[in-house]
Amino acid sequence: MQAQVSESPWRFDHYFVPLVIVLGLLAALFEAAWSHDPRMVAQAWIFGACMAITGAWYLWMYVGRTPKDESQPYADDVVRAGVIASMFWGIAGMLVGVIIALQLSFPHLFYLPDQAWTNFGRLRPLHTSAVIFAFGGNVLIPTPFYVGQRSRRARLGRGSLSWLVFWGYNAFIVLAGTGYLLGISQSREYAEPEWYADIWLTIVWVCYLLVFMGTLWKRREPHIYVANWFYLAFIITIAILHIVNNLAVPVSLLETQSYSLFSGVQDALTQWWYGHNAVAFYLTVPFLAIMYYFIPKRAERPVYSYRLSILHFWSLTFIYIWAGPHHLLYTALPDWAQTLGMTFSIILWMPSWGGMINGMMTLSGAWDKLRTDPVLRMMVVSVAFYGMATFEGPVMSIKAVNALSHYTNWTVGHVHSGALGWVAYISFGAIYCLVPWLWKKKLYSNAMVEWHFWLSALGIVLYITSMWVAGIMQGLMWRAYNDFGFLEYAFVEVVEAMHPYYIIRALGGLLFLAGTLLMAFNLWKTIRSGSPAAAPAPAPVPAVEAA
Amino acid sequence: MKHAWLEKNSIVLLIAIILVVAVGGAVEIAPLFWVNGTVEKVSGMRPYTPLELAGRNIYVREGCYVCHSQQIRTLRDEVERYGHYSLAAESMYDHPFQWGSERTGPDLARVGGKYSDEWHRAHLADPRAAVPESIMPPYRFLFSKPLDYRQVRNMLLANRTVGVPYSDEQVAQAKADLEAQADPNADGLEDFQKRYPKAAARDFDGNPALISEGDALIAYMQMLGTLVDFKSYQASAPEHRR
Repeated sequence: MQAQVSESPWRFDHYFVPLVIVLGLLAALFEAAWSHDPRMVAQAWIFGACMAITGAWYLWMYVGRTPKDESQPYADDVVRAGVIASMFWGIAGMLVGVIIALQLSFPHLFYLPDQAWTNFGRLRPLHTSAVIFAFGGNVLIPTPFYVGQRSRRARLGRGSLSWLVFWGYNAFIVLAGTGYLLGISQSREYAEPEWYADIWLTIVWVCYLLVFMGTLWKRREPHIYVANWFYLAFIITIAILHIVNNLAVPVSLLETQSYSLFSGVQDALTQWWYGHNAVAFYLTVPFLAIMYYFIPKRAERPVYSYRLSILHFWSLTFIYIWAGPHHLLYTALPDWAQTLGMTFSIILWMPSWGGMINGMMTLSGAWDKLRTDPVLRMMVVSVAFYGMATFEGPVMSIKAVNALSHYTNWTVGHVHSGALGWVAYISFGAIYCLVPWLWKKKLYSNAMVEWHFWLSALGIVLYITSMWVAGIMQGLMWRAYNDFGFLEYAFVEVVEAMHPYYIIRALGGLLFLAGTLLMAFNLWKTIRSGSPAAAPAPAPVPAVEAA
Repeated sequence: MKHAWLEKNSIVLLIAIILVVAVGGAVEIAPLFWVNGTVEKVSGMRPYTPLELAGRNIYVREGCYVCHSQQIRTLRDEVERYGHYSLAAESMYDHPFQWGSERTGPDLARVGGKYSDEWHRAHLADPRAAVPESIMPPYRFLFSKPLDYRQVRNMLLANRTVGVPYSDEQVAQAKADLEAQADPNADGLEDFQKRYPKAAARDFDGNPALISEGDALIAYMQMLGTLVDFKSYQASAPEHRR
């Protein structure tokens, strides 16, 4: 029925992928040769090295031979690479998180006065980008590729283009991360990378969409499975958000710096339209897709309600976009926009819980598995955290509550109950499923998963409770008046009061990191162990006859 | 319900998603560009001087926004702590905006003039020497590092491209203006003050031998929130009621 890409004599990807790599390399050399901006020169060499490595790897894999992976029914090597990369970046990002938590706890010890690159202002974007875009982003390479192939019974579209997505995306991560350390930032929260890195990401993202759509077009299943709707919404909406929010004019093509196209109030709402929907379409929608595939697989139960999934998918994609202004309540943003943002944020509670209920109720008839399967337990707890964070969010976007909570650590706690409890946990669950399936090995130790679960659960609890207390206290102290009608506390007294909570938070983060290290060790032992899988992967139906 | 149709046609599904997500942004963001009164007209606002703009670049480079907001909300305690609530007009030349989202440190929207240059120097170089309880990172390196202003003309031009009304003269004299503001003994001081009325010119970092990054950052911080004259600003005037 479908033309097989791998059998046709002329392959689009065999020309396109090397072309992109060579163009990337040329751009890097051009900047390195002509720029007088030392930071741009450093970035050019770093990016050039990434392209050189990718190019060498490509030549080695594809010149004069066909990789063994291409004769398999599914392209799983790129999925394996994504799993390894996500574990690597997860540990790196969480480690930076612990370091900056310690900086706020013990400023005497953890700042180096003459090392600008170690300052909180540069490391904090490194932490957020590393956990969101490097860890989360790399989870979003293997999972859609794995789920996409299985649920459509088709090999990944566009041949080796998926590898360009993998290497190109990670080159973006390296470029962005080293950029922060060098002092390159747009200072737009969660969109810090500068114009040239943004352009590169756009190219990679178009390839990502092509691979995903290409797989859809080759599918043998007439129906597109629900998880794939979420993946599609994620890819296309992130593209729109990324491009619009990063519109900027560079100082020159040889300089790292740029000025955003919009200013002031318009820029603020554009940024938070982006920022809030990065939470929505980067940290929620594709992870709901993970939920819709991995929980039913692991629990061996069908998704609870097909109708609910349709309802919650469309209402979530429609309503989430409106919620951005809740980051700008009581500011100079016009009142009508603030009220609209708050209203939609409260409405958003319903579609969010629609997703949570659909995930939870999938366990119907299989609840007993939570006792024996720590991986499934991790995923179910993640859905519970999703429910909690998506209740807390609407509460915090009520103007009266936001007056207290905004600018405080409560926000930090809220974000982390979503990031650690929901995003990281569902990702861990998916990776614990994927590694034995992909490498066809039995998981090395279930007890270690139990330890991971409890260590990290304790870490999350310490983290979010300390930040709740700190945040609410901060908000109350800022607005406290004494008997004479004056403000009760100087700002620095509030900073001082945060000290014990910052330490508890750092401890929580450390426990979470320890759990992740244990996981990495467990997975490494699984991959290296000789024992073949006792539990086989959910029987894949070969979609493509081996050539 | 004919949802099955969407489930079988990937392109239709893709287009449907684009249409559904486009609505919210179109309704909320687009009007801000043409609804009158989104940015009120106030007197006193002027584009940043080249030195202030260079200082702002450092503020952006170092990621100060992760701990410091520049947006005073319309709440009693904030107005008493930091000053008049922020107006949209006050960030009309801010590319990008730096309103921030956290107050690990205090709001800086009106920090200009609150402390002396000497205090800023001491505090930036070693925050805990000035405020023992502070948890701010040290920025000692700003004062030994010469300010890189090779591109100052292009900086102004890029800002003009995105809508900041720099005149041809301001662009042409960008380098001279930057040097004049940091060195009160420079020749171009009078011309500079003609181009940027009321802008303060002095040796901000206390080191006449060097135009440092510290000069630029302190020049920027010392003008933050000082442009609009709130003695003449009438919040209750009809044009300011939104």
